[in-house]
Amino acid sequence: MPRVGVFICHCGHNIASVVDVEKVAAYAKTLPNVIVAEHNLYSCSEEGLGSIKKSIEKNKLDRVVVAACTPRTHEPLFRKICEQAGINKYLFEFVNIREHVSWIHAKEPKAATEKAKNLVAMGVAKAALLEPQQETESSVIPRAVVIGGGLAGLTAASSLIAQNIETELIEKNNELGGILTNVSVIGPEFEDSKKLLDNYAKRLMGSPKAHIHLNSKVTAVKGFIGNFEVTINENGTEKKIPAGAIIVATGARELVPKEYGFGSLPGVITQLELEKMLAKGQVPKSAVFIQCVGSRQPGREYCSRICCNVSLKNALRIIRANPKSSVSILHRDIMSYGTASERLYREASEKGVKFMRYGLDSPAKVSKRDGHLVVDVYDETLDEILGLETDLVVLATPMTSQEDATDVGKLLKVPLDKNGFFLEAHVKLRPVEFATDGIFICGSARWPSSAKEVICQGLAAAAKAAIPIRRGKVVIEAITAQSDPEKCAACGNCVAACPYEAIEITTINGKMAAKVNEALCKGCGACVASCPNDAMQQRGFTTNQLSAMIDALIKSTVEGT
Amino acid sequence: MSQRVVVIGGGIAGIQASLDLADMGYEVHLVERSPSIGGRMAQLDKTFPTNDCSMCILSPKMIMCSDHENIKLHTYSEIESVSGEFPHLKVKIKEKARRIDINRCTGCGDCIAKCPVKIPNEFEEKLSTRKAIYLPFPQAVPRKVTIDAENCRMVTQKKCGVCKKVCQAGAVDFDQKDKIVDIDASAIIVATGFDLSDASALSQYGLGVFKDVVTSLQLERLLSASGPTNGQLVRPSDGTEVKKLAFVQCVGSRDEKYHPYCSSVCCMYATKESILVREHVPDINSTIFYIDMRATGKNFQEFVTRAEKNYGVRYVRSRPANVQSSSDGKGILLTYETRGLAGEQVTEGFDMLVLCPALVPSKGATQLAKLLKLDLDEDKFLKCTDLRHPVDSSRKGVLLCGFAGAPMDIPESVSQASGVAARVAELLEGGD
Repeated sequence: MPRVGVFICHCGHNIASVVDVEKVAAYAKTLPNVIVAEHNLYSCSEEGLGSIKKSIEKNKLDRVVVAACTPRTHEPLFRKICEQAGINKYLFEFVNIREHVSWIHAKEPKAATEKAKNLVAMGVAKAALLEPQQETESSVIPRAVVIGGGLAGLTAASSLIAQNIETELIEKNNELGGILTNVSVIGPEFEDSKKLLDNYAKRLMGSPKAHIHLNSKVTAVKGFIGNFEVTINENGTEKKIPAGAIIVATGARELVPKEYGFGSLPGVITQLELEKMLAKGQVPKSAVFIQCVGSRQPGREYCSRICCNVSLKNALRIIRANPKSSVSILHRDIMSYGTASERLYREASEKGVKFMRYGLDSPAKVSKRDGHLVVDVYDETLDEILGLETDLVVLATPMTSQEDATDVGKLLKVPLDKNGFFLEAHVKLRPVEFATDGIFICGSARWPSSAKEVICQGLAAAAKAAIPIRRGKVVIEAITAQSDPEKCAACGNCVAACPYEAIEITTINGKMAAKVNEALCKGCGACVASCPNDAMQQRGFTTNQLSAMIDALIKSTVEGT
Repeated sequence: MSQRVVVIGGGIAGIQASLDLADMGYEVHLVERSPSIGGRMAQLDKTFPTNDCSMCILSPKMIMCSDHENIKLHTYSEIESVSGEFPHLKVKIKEKARRIDINRCTGCGDCIAKCPVKIPNEFEEKLSTRKAIYLPFPQAVPRKVTIDAENCRMVTQKKCGVCKKVCQAGAVDFDQKDKIVDIDASAIIVATGFDLSDASALSQYGLGVFKDVVTSLQLERLLSASGPTNGQLVRPSDGTEVKKLAFVQCVGSRDEKYHPYCSSVCCMYATKESILVREHVPDINSTIFYIDMRATGKNFQEFVTRAEKNYGVRYVRSRPANVQSSSDGKGILLTYETRGLAGEQVTEGFDMLVLCPALVPSKGATQLAKLLKLDLDEDKFLKCTDLRHPVDSSRKGVLLCGFAGAPMDIPESVSQASGVAARVAELLEGGD
């Protein structure tokens, strides 16, 4: 008979202020196979973990159920405690009574407590049927692929080679540098862009570990952490690159505006066009910058983070070159966050750059009058419309995602957010990782970022990619699907359902049947659901385990009423 | 060259840098001056813009740190001296006497229950008290108590000793002395984070004068289920529920007289807090007084829009001039100017006022920079060498990450922390 221990967490007040945890623990004690049921203030604290471990040893438990928060953050911790107490970690079952109970049913403590009891009964029923699983180890190809040769990709690649890791840099254009090839001075540091790019190029060219592929596009990606195969098309030739880790650094692009007469009125240009002019030494005598063109409004709600700082930098370049020039910045909020950018803002104000705030409901109008560009803008302090005559109107448009971001996302099977930027694994604590192991993200492909932020993220992605490569091995998840060749009719539904190309139909014991490549399987369960013969089973989520949970739910609900 | 790295500061930046370096195979010594790692993030109730419970996402990382075979924690410890040059740095760490044998202490808390001394609780931003023998917070890592020698009656007056009597593990040791640990390290990472500047210096806002004026970090604790009011949002003056709340941004920041820079995170945490208070008091009305609404991160602008549309948060672009006591001494009166040509002075009553003070390099950071011979920038943050090396300090082999270098939010700090791990690996692999 299985010996199940149940541990209910108060999570401080997070759970205990809604769910009567003592009642739940008392109920758990009455469930089949349960030897002990306890409750802790914080099961995840050292004290809580220590008491679980002690209880496992004292009561000779062979199955553990923790009813607490989310497995997303806490499952590894509890599995580890099971292992330390001598239980295979797959004999652990997590029941979520915080996100699934106390947080969403905060106003119905009685019903919430009943639901917690039901969920615990289900967890206990499943736990009794759990089987030990073994993780496998797999070797790691000591090579990284970096997709994108802009500042983020250059930084990541250059860091990897400095760490003695073979690196392949894939760039779709015929030169490195990305968007910076059109920017001569980087703000707010006023750093020479060419010098910076040359420094990277020198490092990469000078290293036998670096392999640069220009005019190259990724066409296919196969495999998993430690064992990827990236297919590229380089100048029309196909190449296959085996790699242990992949870094996505595909950058972002400037939105081409539709507003303010762009394209029809000469002198109305984008920020990047101004960068090109300034690089050639063409400094206008006067300029009006309009911020948030095509952003922070319905349809494209986000703030693109860097545009205000770029305008501040360029306004100062114009003023520094010619202190008599007239420069205005029309904005909705000046986003000069931090120390260095706020210094730019102060310097710009002191040197005579005029800042005028406009509202979403009173946008400026740009027109040509008597041969001059004129910007009409409502000034709220004076409560009147001012006409600003100017040589140039610079439209600060947001950075948007690359046109091929969706394709890259599909090839790598990594998600994009609603704005088309790549979606990281966790916005707070895993900013340069994807949820897929072994694939990392950095730079403006994730979110528009300053040069300094891009460099930090490039380094960070290099650190993350280096970890499995330096270790030389990775552990492959044990919760995978397996097929029973006796039941399998080789219909191929599972092959079509698998998003990871982990299943093939092959001959097993003289019979055609489905076979799962466990290293590729992510345990999503799509194949199990698609199988008409019950031949496909997912370890840790077998049909009999799930049926037992449903039976337990019905029993617990009936008893509860 | 040793494969050893000293990380100074056990907040989220120091924790992440330690974990990445340890995963790379380096031996990490994480030095934290308070009794537990966790830093500022441990004090936060939730994090923007997803309203993830802060401790819930931090706690697993803290435990990973203490469990990692390549990480040695030195909590309640300070850097005594650093000599030598990269890659042969000699670091002296002072492990201050906890007056507790941490090998024996089980963290059961029996001693805490019996200790008769009550002093203001730093973790709770002094909104409640703690004992002279204490755990800074329930999820503390390591979960070992500490005797605060300055306030312990046994240490100061040789009276009491009740903690020793009740401790069944025999862990209390009143005579324990500070210990010096010598580490030969190749590199040092400074991740010392931030403090709130003293908002009472701006006397017009009445912090410390009016009971119902609090700091944003105090509000964070008031909102926390494990905080001093168990998550009840009540007015400090009379304990009644707060119905009308105001936030003032840029208190002492973006202000030449105090701190000219922008602290980077206040617009967003005020927005977050204004959303969270609704979950505590459904009919509460919040107003945020601001200069520029800096919502520049992923989903930040959407978060502000949500606060405005779904949570009724009122954003007012104005820097309030002063705060006065209301006639009955409950709540406050805030005077501010409305915008535009017809702008006029308005005085409005609020139940409670939350100040968002300038965030400054943590106490002792300047002294530590002196000890390590590091340059500071004009805002007193650690200076990096150049754009190409954003996590290199002015001294080779000494690196920096997180708020110690400039104001930034958690994801930027975490990125820098992983980035600094890459830089250390470059240097230790022979790169320049």
